[in-house]
Amino acid sequence: MDKIIVTIAGFAAILGTAWFFFGKKEEKVQVKDSVDIKVSGGYVPETIVVPKNKTTRINFLRTDKNSCLEEVVLSDFKIKKFLPLNKKVSVEIKPENKGEYDISCAMNMYHGKIIVK
Amino acid sequence: MNNNLKTITFGVKGMHCASCVNVLERSLKKVEGVTSATVNLATEKATVTHSATVTENMLSDAVAGVGYKAMIGKEVPTEDEEKKAKQKELRALRIKVVVSLFIGTLIFWGTFPGLMSTSPMFLQNFFVQFLLAIPVQFWAGFSFYQASIPALRNRTANMDTLVAIGTTVAFGFSAFVTLFPNIVESMGVEAMPYFDVATVVIGLILLGRYFEAKAKAGTSEAIKKLIGLAAKTARVVKNGKDTDVPIEEVQIGDIIRVRPGEKIPVDGVILEGESSVDESMITGESIPVDKAKGDTVVGATINKNGSFLYKAMKVGQDTMLSQIIKLVENAQASKAPIQRLADIISSYFVPIVIMLAILTFVIWYNFGASPSLLFALLNTVAVLIIACPCAMGLATPTAIMVGTGIGAQHGILIRDAKGLEIANRVKTVVFDKTGTLTLGKPKVTDIIPIGSFSNKEILFFASSLEKGSEHSLAEAILIEGEAQNIKPQKAEKFKAVAGHGVEGYIKKQKVSFGNRKLMEKEGIKVGEENQKIEALEEEGKTVMMLSVDKKLAGLIAVADVVKESAKNAIEELSKLGVEVAMITGDNKRTAAAIAKKLGIKKVLAEVLPEEKEKEIIKLKKEGKVVAMVGDGINDAPALATADIGIAMGSGTDVAIEAADITLINKDLKTVASAIDLSKKTMRTIKLNLFWAFGYNIVLIPVAMGVLYPFFNILLNPIFAGLAMALSSVSVVTNSLLLKRAKI
Repeated sequence: MDKIIVTIAGFAAILGTAWFFFGKKEEKVQVKDSVDIKVSGGYVPETIVVPKNKTTRINFLRTDKNSCLEEVVLSDFKIKKFLPLNKKVSVEIKPENKGEYDISCAMNMYHGKIIVK
Repeated sequence: MNNNLKTITFGVKGMHCASCVNVLERSLKKVEGVTSATVNLATEKATVTHSATVTENMLSDAVAGVGYKAMIGKEVPTEDEEKKAKQKELRALRIKVVVSLFIGTLIFWGTFPGLMSTSPMFLQNFFVQFLLAIPVQFWAGFSFYQASIPALRNRTANMDTLVAIGTTVAFGFSAFVTLFPNIVESMGVEAMPYFDVATVVIGLILLGRYFEAKAKAGTSEAIKKLIGLAAKTARVVKNGKDTDVPIEEVQIGDIIRVRPGEKIPVDGVILEGESSVDESMITGESIPVDKAKGDTVVGATINKNGSFLYKAMKVGQDTMLSQIIKLVENAQASKAPIQRLADIISSYFVPIVIMLAILTFVIWYNFGASPSLLFALLNTVAVLIIACPCAMGLATPTAIMVGTGIGAQHGILIRDAKGLEIANRVKTVVFDKTGTLTLGKPKVTDIIPIGSFSNKEILFFASSLEKGSEHSLAEAILIEGEAQNIKPQKAEKFKAVAGHGVEGYIKKQKVSFGNRKLMEKEGIKVGEENQKIEALEEEGKTVMMLSVDKKLAGLIAVADVVKESAKNAIEELSKLGVEVAMITGDNKRTAAAIAKKLGIKKVLAEVLPEEKEKEIIKLKKEGKVVAMVGDGINDAPALATADIGIAMGSGTDVAIEAADITLINKDLKTVASAIDLSKKTMRTIKLNLFWAFGYNIVLIPVAMGVLYPFFNILLNPIFAGLAMALSSVSVVTNSLLLKRAKI
C-alpha cells in the first residue's frame, strides 16, 4: 500500500514540478523610456517589451544576496555589469532589430527577456 | 505644493565654469514639466524638480543637447567597490567553509563505521550531532536558502535550490530519527541519522564555491591590468610653469611635459624633444619606438630616456587605452555561438534534476534493496547534490574572458566572441599587399650606373628631373637623393611624357628618365642591359632608365619594401594549416615575384580596389572560411565581406573596432597569433563543455544508482558533494590554463 502511495505521490510531484517551473505565464511589461528591474531570485519583471530604434534605460536593483546574480549580462548588446547589493545600476540599449534578446546572470542560470517591437 | 512633483539629483559630466551652470539650468528648465533646475559646479550635480510626465531620458537629452553628459542612475560601482564587495564575500565564505568542514569532520568522525570507535563518546551521541549540525545547516548553509526562496517565488530554480533541498532532506530525516527514533524503527529502518552528509556536503560545496570565486577573479585579470595602466596625473605646462593635475582634468590642447621613465598620461602629438617609448603594454611589441616632433604618443605607454613636450589630442574615454578597455569589456560580455546549446540545456536543467531526484526516490522505494526508505533517501540526496549546472554556465564565458584578455595583452583586439569562434575555422587568409605585406612606401632598391657615370650622378640627374614630377615613384627617388645628400638642380624645358617618363635639360645636357617606351621613343638602345632589367623585374621591382645626351647612363629600380615580418608570418600561418593568398592591383609579373619571395602560392593580381570584395565572395563560394587582412581603411568593404576582417594598424595609429579583429601591432606574425589564440580558446571551451556535460550525463545516472544492479556501486552523497565542488573549479581552472598558452 505504502508503495502505491509513494508512486502516486512521486509522479504527482514530478508533474507538479514540471507545471511549477515550465508552466508559468509570461508576463510582459511594456516599456516606454525606462524600466526598473528588481534582481531577486531572477529578474522582475522577467519580460520587457521595448521599442525598436529608441534608447531604453534599464535600471537593475539587486536585492538578492546570491552571488550568482551579482553580474547581469545582455550579451546581444555586449553589456555586462556588476550589480552591487541594493544599488541601482543602469544600462542603456538602442535595439536596431526586432526580436527577442536574453538577459542573464554571468553563469547563465537566471534569465529574463527583452522583446523588441 | 503639487504632490505629483518629483525631485531628482544626478551627476553631470563635462562642466568647466560658471557659464556651464547657466547653460545647463536654462536647458533643463526648457523641458516641459520641469519646474526648477539647479546645477552645482562644485559637486557637478544637477537637482531638478519635475512633473510625472518628465522622463529621465528627457532630462538626459536636455543635458546632452548643450554638450554635457547626465549621469542619471549611473551609480556604476567603481573597481574598488566591486573588489571590496568581493573580498568581503570571500572572507565571510572562508569562515563558513572552515566552521562547516570542522564541524562536519567531527560528526563524520563520530558516525563513520571505521572511525567511530576512535572518537570521543560525546561525538557518537545523536543529540550532540544534531546540535552541531544546526549552525552548519542554517548559518553556513543559509545562503542556499537565501538564494532558493526568491527564485522559487519567481518559479525558477538554480544550483542553490538543489543543494538546499538535498541537504534539508538529509538534515530533516536525521533530525526526525534523532527526535523520534521509535517511529523510524517501527518502520523497520535503523534509527541512524545522517548529519555527516548534510554538514560535510555544505562544507565541501562552500569550499568549491570559495575556490571558484578565487579562480574566477583570475579570469578578469587582463582587464584589471589594462585599467591599472592608466596614469593618475599629468604634468601640464600652464603659463610657463609645470603643474601636476589629476588625469581627469587634462583637456584637449593642454601642453604636457614628460620626463625620462615617466608614464605618458594621455594621447597626443610631440611638439618638442625626442625620446624612445615603450609601447609594449598597448601593442605587445617589446622593442621601444623612437619618437620625435610630429609623432603621436599614446597614453599609458612609458617614456624611456628623453624628455619631450606634447599636446594632448585625446582625453578621457577617447584615449586609445579607454577604447581598448571598452572593446575588451564588450567582447567579454558577448556570447559565442557555441554557447547556445549550453544555454538551452541550463534553462531546463535544475527542474529536470529535481524531477529525476523524485523519480530516484520512487524507484528505490519500490524496487530498491532493504532498507528501501534509507536507500531511496540517500540516492535522492546524491542526485540533487551531484548535479552541477554551474560548470555548464561557466564553460564558455570564462574561456572567452581569458582568451580576449590574453589577446589584448598581445595587441590582438577581438571585437566579440563570435569573431573569436569563427577565426578558429579560418582556412584561407587573404593579405592585401600594399601597406599590409609591404610598407606601402616605394623605395629605391638598386642604382646601376652604365659606362663612366657614378651612382651619385645617376641619382643627381634623376632627382633633378623628378623634382617637378608628381608621379608616385618620384617621391622614392627624391627621398633617396636626400639621403645621399644630392642637391638637385632645376631642369630646363622640363616635360612629363604621360605613360613614359620625364625629360629636360640639366647642365645643358638632354636627360630622359622613364620606362622602356621612353627609351624607344628617344631612339636609345637598351642592348645588353636588357638582361639586368628583366632580372630586376622578375624580382618585382619597377625599373626606370636614365639617358644623358641620348646615351643610356643608368638604371634605377624602385620597389615597395616587404615588411620584415611578412615571410615568417606566412610560414606561421602555413604551420597552422591555413592557405595564404595575396590580393593586389599590381601586374601579374610583379605580384608573382613578391608572392614567390614570401612563399605565397595563391595570387590575386590586377584587382582594382573596388573589386577586392568580389574576390573575397568568390573564395567564400568555394566553401572556404576566409579572413581578410588589410589596413581597415582602404579595404573596409573587403574586410566586412570576409568571414573575419582583420585590420592591421601601423603601431598605434589604428582605427579600433574597424574589424572583427584589430591588430595594434606592426608584426605580421600577430595574424597567426590571433588565429592560434582563437584555436586554443575554442579548444578550451570545447574541453570545458565536454567536461561539464559529460560530468552531469555520467554522474547523475550513477547517483541514481544505475550501477547498483550490476556492480553494487552506489554514490555516497558526501562524494557527490566533493565531485560537485570540484566540477566548477576544474572548468574555471582549465580556462585559466589558457594563460600559459604560447601565442
